[in-house]
Amino acid sequence: MAAPAPILRMSGIGKQFPGVKALDGVDFRLLPGEVHALMGENGAGKSTLIKVLTGVYDIDAGEIELEGRPVAFSSPLAAQQAGISTVYQEVNLCANLSVAENIFIGREPRRLGRIQWKAMRRRAAEILARLDLDLDVSAPLSSYSLAIQQMVAIARAVDIDAKVLILDEPTSSLDAGEVAQLFRVMRRLKEQGIAILFVSHFLDQIYEISDRMTVLRNGTLVGEYLTSELSQVELIGKMIGRELADLEKLEERPPAREGAPLVEAEQLGRTGAIQPFTLTIHEGEVVGLAGLLGSGRTEIARLLFGADHAGTGSLKIGGEQVNLRTPRSAVSRKLAFCSENRRAEGLIPDLTVRENLILALQAARGWTRPIPRRKQDELVEKYIAALNIRPANPDQLIKNLSGGNQQKVLLARWLILEPRLLILDEPTRGIDVGAKAEIQRLVAELSDGGMAVLFISAELEEVLRLSHKVGVLRDRRLVAELDNDERLTTDTLTETIASGARS
Amino acid sequence: MSRILKHRLFWPLVILVALLALNLFFTDNFFKIQMKEGHLYGSLIDIVRFGAPLILVSLGMTLVIATSGIDLSVGSVVAIAGALACLRISGLSDQNSVGGVLGAVGLALVLSVVLGAWNGFLVAGIGIQPIIATLILMVAGRGLAQLITDGQITTVNSSPYKLIGGGYWLTLPFGIIIVAVVLALTAFLTRRLALGLLIESVGGNAEASRLAGISARGVLMTVYAFCGLCAGIAGLMISSNVSSADGNNAGLWIELDAILAVVIGGTPLSGGRFSLSGTVLGALIIQTLTTTIYSIGVPPETTLLFKALVVTIVCLIQSPAFRAKVFHRRRRPIAARPAAEEKVRVSA
Repeated sequence: MAAPAPILRMSGIGKQFPGVKALDGVDFRLLPGEVHALMGENGAGKSTLIKVLTGVYDIDAGEIELEGRPVAFSSPLAAQQAGISTVYQEVNLCANLSVAENIFIGREPRRLGRIQWKAMRRRAAEILARLDLDLDVSAPLSSYSLAIQQMVAIARAVDIDAKVLILDEPTSSLDAGEVAQLFRVMRRLKEQGIAILFVSHFLDQIYEISDRMTVLRNGTLVGEYLTSELSQVELIGKMIGRELADLEKLEERPPAREGAPLVEAEQLGRTGAIQPFTLTIHEGEVVGLAGLLGSGRTEIARLLFGADHAGTGSLKIGGEQVNLRTPRSAVSRKLAFCSENRRAEGLIPDLTVRENLILALQAARGWTRPIPRRKQDELVEKYIAALNIRPANPDQLIKNLSGGNQQKVLLARWLILEPRLLILDEPTRGIDVGAKAEIQRLVAELSDGGMAVLFISAELEEVLRLSHKVGVLRDRRLVAELDNDERLTTDTLTETIASGARS
Repeated sequence: MSRILKHRLFWPLVILVALLALNLFFTDNFFKIQMKEGHLYGSLIDIVRFGAPLILVSLGMTLVIATSGIDLSVGSVVAIAGALACLRISGLSDQNSVGGVLGAVGLALVLSVVLGAWNGFLVAGIGIQPIIATLILMVAGRGLAQLITDGQITTVNSSPYKLIGGGYWLTLPFGIIIVAVVLALTAFLTRRLALGLLIESVGGNAEASRLAGISARGVLMTVYAFCGLCAGIAGLMISSNVSSADGNNAGLWIELDAILAVVIGGTPLSGGRFSLSGTVLGALIIQTLTTTIYSIGVPPETTLLFKALVVTIVCLIQSPAFRAKVFHRRRRPIAARPAAEEKVRVSA
C-alpha cells in the first residue's frame, strides 16, 4: 500500500533540558486520516514531543514540516492557527460558561460588535451534530459529564480548521461507555481526514483505535509500527527495553499471612462521604479496596488518615483508641497516605525532588530539627536508586518530572518514614507499565517486610494480584469483605460490585 | 558569564548599581564614607540607615508572601508600636531610665507579635483570605494607634529610646545593626533550620502540605506573628528617629513599599520560593530611588510620577518574560532548509 504524503513530519528533533536530554534525534510523522498512538514509558519523551510540536517549547535541533512546508511555532496559539489542535488530559474549558460559549470563546460570531447568540447556538449545535452529539448548547458545561466536556473540547479543537488533533491521555478519567463514545467521535473525525495523535496508557484502547504507533524510549526513537503487526507483548518489550518476564513474576497470589491487628475501624463513618464501616487491617497485610469511582474508596482512606473527621464510630491503631484530628496526628502514629490526586494533594511543584522527598520526615521532626544535609543526601540517593527515579537529579524541580516519576517521589516521601500502614490511593493511575510493575513489586516487598498496605485501585486485576483481602464498595458503602482465595476472580469481584452483595 | 546573568539576583543588583551610579553625577563624593567623631558618615550609610525600617518590614512580608499570603496591616502595626512605646516612655518619671525604656519597648513588641498572630488566626484559623483579613487591621490599627496617642503627636525626650533609630553603636548607626541581627536571625530560622522549607511547601501547595503532616496552621501563625514583630521593630525605629509617635502618618503606605521590595527581590506573589537577599536588595533599591529623587532635584509635585515610572521600568527589567520578548527575539530558530528526505522511515 502506498502511503499518502504525511501531513506532518518531524525529523531529527532534539530537546535539551538542564541536566536531561529529553529528546534526541526523534523522527515522527502523521498521515492524514489515521489514528497514530505515541507510546513510551513515563519520561520517554512523549509529552516533550507534543509540547515541541505545539510550540510550548522551542526545539534545539531538527525540523518540523506541516503539509510539506517547514514551520516553527512560537506558541500553542500559533500552532492552533496553523491547524494543530490539542486536547489535554485535564479539560481546559470554562465549566461555568455554556457549551456554545465554550466552543466559540474568543471567536464569537459578531455583528457590529454585538455577539449573535442565536447564530452561535445554531452553529454550535451543528458542530456537535457532526460528532453525533446532541446536547443542549445553552446549558453550562459543568452540567455534563467529564467525557462530554472532553468531547466539547474536541469539537472546539476541530472546528478551528484542524488538520492535526492531539489527544493527550483523554481517556484516563472516563468509564468504558464514555470511552466508546469518544472512540466513535475519533472514528468520525478520522473519516473526515483529520490526523489524530493519541496518547494513552491503556494498551487495550490503543489496540482498539489506533492504526499505527511510534514508540519512544529515553528520549530516542525505537521505531514506527503498524498496530496490527505488533503484539502487545512485543510493544511492552520495546517500550521498556526488556522482556516481560519481570512483570509475570507477580502473577501468583500473595501467601496468606497472620499478623496482629494494626488498624481496627468500628462503625467509622462520615455523613455524605461514607456509611459507617467496620474494617480491620493486620500487620503485613495488603487490603485491597475495589469499587467504582466515587463509591467511597477514597473517603475510607481519608478517614483512616485523619484527612477528614469521622462523624461516627471509633478507630483503634495498634490496640489503642485514637481520634485522628489531622493528618499530622496520623503521621505521628506511623500512618502514611499517598493521595490519588497527585497534583492537588501530593506535589509541591516548585520544590525540588530532594525537598519533596524529605518533606514528610521534616514535618514529623518539626522545623526546629532540620535534617542534616548529609543525611538528606543519603536518604535521597537511596530512594532515587531504590525506586529508579529518573532523572536521578535530586535538585531537579519536581514539576519537570514525568507522572510516573513524580508518583515514585511521593511514594518515597512516605517510605522514608517507615510507616506501619501505607495507604495507596490509585498509585498506578496514569503511569506506564514499567513503573506500574515496579510499584506493584514494591507493595509486595513492603508487605513481606511487615508493613500493612491499604491498596485502592480501579484495576481489579491489580487489586487481586496484590491483596490478601478485598473490601468491595458500592454507593458509599462497604458491602463486602472477601478473602482473596482461589474462588475470587475479577468476574466474581465485578459481580459483587454490581450486585452489592457477597456472591 | 551566563551563570552570573542567570542568577536571580543579577537584575536587581544591576538596577541598584545603576541607581547609585546615577547619583554620582548629581552629588559630589556620593560614594565617600568618612569617619566623624567615631561615627561613619556618607550617602551610602544614609541609604541603609533610612532604609532600615523598610528592610525590616519587607523581611516579614517576604515570609508572609512566600506562604501565598499578604499582610496589609504592617503600616498600622508600625504606628501602634511607636505609639505604645512613646506613651509608656512619656509616662515615665525619668524618661532616660534604661529599664523603663526597655519595658516600653518590650511591651510594644509583644503587642506587635499579638497583632501579627491575630492576622495569622484570621487567615489560618478562620480561613479568611489574607488580603481581607489583614485589611481589617490595616484600617482598625490606624484607629487603635490614634486611640493610644489620644489623637495627638506624642513626643518623648529619652536618650536610650533615641538610640534605636537615631543612635550609633560600634561606629555604625544602631538601626543598621538591628537590621543585620534580624536578617541573620531570619536567615538562620528559615535556611539553617527547616522553617523555610515548610513555608515554601505551604505556599506551594497548602493541601498537599497538610496531607504530608505539616501543621499549615502553625506555620501561618508563626509567619504572621513574625511579620508583626518585624513591623513593630520598624515602628520603634521610625518613632525613635523623630522622638515622637504620629498615629496618623507613621508607616503610612509602608506596606506597599514592602510588597514592592519583595516582588523586586524576585519572590512571586503567588507564593512558594522566596529570597531574603532579594528582598533586602529590593528595599535598598526603593530607598535609593527616594534618595535619588531628592539628590537629582525632581520637582516635588512630580516625585510620585517619577517614582512610578522608575518602578515600572524596574519591574519590567525584572520580568524574565519581558526580557525574553525584548532581548531574545532574534534567537528563535528561523524556519527554513528542506528536510533530508532519506531519513523518513516508511513501514506502511
